[in-house]
Amino acid sequence: MTATAPAVSPRLRGSGRVRPLDALRQTATLAWRSLVSIKHNPLELVDYSITPIMFVFLFTYVFGGQMAGSPEEYLRYALAGVIVQNTLFMTTYTAMSLNTDLTKGVFDRLRSLPIARSAPLFGRIAADLVKQLWAMLLMIALGVALGFRITGGPGGFLGATLMLLIFAAAVSWIAVLIGMLAGDAEKVQVFAFVLIFPITFTSSAFVRVETMPGWLQAWVHVNPVTHLSDAFRGLLLGDATGRSVLWTLAWAAGIAAVFIPVAMRAYRART
Amino acid sequence: MTTGTTYAIRAEALVKRFKETPALAGVDLAARPGTVLGLLGPNGAGKTTAVRVFATLLRPDAGRAEVAGHDVVREPGRVRAMIGLTGQYAAVDEQLTGSENLLLIGRLLGMARADARARARELLERFHLDDAAGRAAKTYSGGMRRRLDLAASLVGRPRVLFLDEPTTGLDPHSRGELWDMLRGLVAEGVTALLTTQYLNEADQLADDIVVIDRGKVIAEGTPDQLKSQAGGQVLQLRPVHRADLATAHALITEAAGPQARIEGDGITAPVNDPALMPSVVRRLDQASIAVGELSLRRSSLDEVFLALTGHRTGPGGDPDGQDPGGPGPGGRGPDGGGPS
Repeated sequence: MTATAPAVSPRLRGSGRVRPLDALRQTATLAWRSLVSIKHNPLELVDYSITPIMFVFLFTYVFGGQMAGSPEEYLRYALAGVIVQNTLFMTTYTAMSLNTDLTKGVFDRLRSLPIARSAPLFGRIAADLVKQLWAMLLMIALGVALGFRITGGPGGFLGATLMLLIFAAAVSWIAVLIGMLAGDAEKVQVFAFVLIFPITFTSSAFVRVETMPGWLQAWVHVNPVTHLSDAFRGLLLGDATGRSVLWTLAWAAGIAAVFIPVAMRAYRART
Repeated sequence: MTTGTTYAIRAEALVKRFKETPALAGVDLAARPGTVLGLLGPNGAGKTTAVRVFATLLRPDAGRAEVAGHDVVREPGRVRAMIGLTGQYAAVDEQLTGSENLLLIGRLLGMARADARARARELLERFHLDDAAGRAAKTYSGGMRRRLDLAASLVGRPRVLFLDEPTTGLDPHSRGELWDMLRGLVAEGVTALLTTQYLNEADQLADDIVVIDRGKVIAEGTPDQLKSQAGGQVLQLRPVHRADLATAHALITEAAGPQARIEGDGITAPVNDPALMPSVVRRLDQASIAVGELSLRRSSLDEVFLALTGHRTGPGGDPDGQDPGGPGPGGRGPDGGGPS
C-alpha cells in the first residue's frame, strides 16, 4: 500500500477554463476510450460487420439473378446501397452508447473532471466514424472478392469514402439527439429501426427508381438516401453525376445545420 | 478570493427545484478540512441533489455552494480541479479494464502517459484490484466496481471527496473495506462529504452529521449528539399472546415514555437509557405477560426520523424497504406446505 502524498492538484491553471488544445487532446483520449473497448469485446466488431456481410451475400446471390439478370450485375448496383444502409444503421451505435454513458453515470464522472464539456461527445463521434470507415472498407473488400470492380479508380474510391463519412458525421448529430432524448438504449434501437428501414428502402439504394410507381418516385427523388447511394455508387464506378454529389453534400450540410444546434442543446440539458 | 478557507465544503441557503418540487429547500451545511461530513436522509431527501450541486453537475436555483472557497457556479473549473466524485452507481466504463479506466481519467487530467500508468498501478494496488487490473470492469463484482469507482475519483489526488451512498448494495465485508479506505484518505487530509441512508455508517465515519428530509436540514451535530437526541436504541417486544398487546404497551409507555408504539404484533420504543431493560422485564413479569421476543437494538435511520420528524422516512409512501408494519400481524409467511 503506497501512501498518497496530498499534493495541490497539478491541473489547476489560470481561471480553471479549458484551453482549446487541451480540449482537443481530451477528445482524442475519449475517442481512444471508445475504440479500445473493441480489444476486449471482439464481438462488438462482429456486430458491426455480420449483418452487412450477410446482406452483401443475400443481395448478390439470392436477389441478384432476379433483380439484374446475374449476381455480379446486381452486386455492381446494390453494393453501394448495402454500404449506405449499414452506415445509417451504425449511427444508432452512437445514440446507444451515448445513452448508456448517460444512464450509467459515466457522464457524471466525466463532467466532474476539469475537461471540456463537449469532449465526451466529440470523442464518441470521432470514434464512431473510425468504426464506420472500418465497416465500409470491410464491405468493399468483400464486394471486390465477389467480383465488384472499382472502375472509378483511386480518386473515385477516396471521394466515395470521404463523402460517406461526411454524410455519416452529419447523421450522427441526429443520433446524438435521439441518444439524449431516449429513456434507455432499447428505445433508441426501436426508434432507429422505424426511421432507417423505410428511408433506405424507399430510395435508389437497392432498386432503380424507374421501376417504382409514380407517386413513390416523387418521394424517392428527394430522399437523401437516393442521392447518397447514387453518388457513392457513381464515384466507385466512375460514372457519378455532379448533381447527386452536390445534393448529398447539401443534405449533409442541411442536416448538420438543423441538428447540431438542437443536439448540442439537448446534450447540455442532459449532461 | 478565499473567504471560506476554514471550511472545505460549505453551503448557504442552498435551493434547487425540479419543476415545482423543491429538492433542496434552503440547506446550510459545512465541513471542516480533513473531516467527514455525513449527510443522512431517506430516499428523495435531497442528498444526491446536494452532492450534484457541489460537484458542479447541477446549478443551484438560489443560495451558495463553495468547495475550498471556490463558488461552484462562478468557478466550476476550479472546483472540478479539486474534487473527486463517487456516485451511487459505479460510474466506470464496463468495456474497459480496471487499469484502462484509471488510465483514461489520468490522461484526461493531463498526466503524461507514463505518469498516468504509474498512478493507475498505485491505485489498483491500494484498492486490491491489481489481480483484476487487466480484466474488463463488467466482469467485476459489485464491491470491486465500487472500489474501482473510488479509485477513479482519486486519480487526480482530490482534496475534497464526494461519496454518494458509496456502500449501498454492498455486502458487509466490502462495506467494511470501503470504510477503511475512506478512513485512510481522511487521515491523509482529504475532506469528504458522505451521503448515506445508514445511521451506522455515518456513526462509523462521520465527524459531523447533517440530517436532511424533504430538502431541509432537520438535525445536525456529532453522531453522539444526534443519537441522544433521537433515542440511541430501540426496544422491541412481542408478547406471545396478542391479547396482552395493550397491557404490554401501557407498561412500556410507563417505563420508556410516550413514544412507544404498537407495530404489527409487537411494540417498539426508542430508548436512551440501557438500564431501562431490567425494569421492563420486571414489569412484564409482574403482569404475567409471556414474552415471545424482547430485544434492545441500535436505532435505525427510520427510528431517528420517526423521533426527529414524527413521520416515517420517504415522502409519499416510498415503497423502498421500510413499509411500516405491513398488513399481516404474525404474517410469518404462508405455512409452506409445498407441492404434495
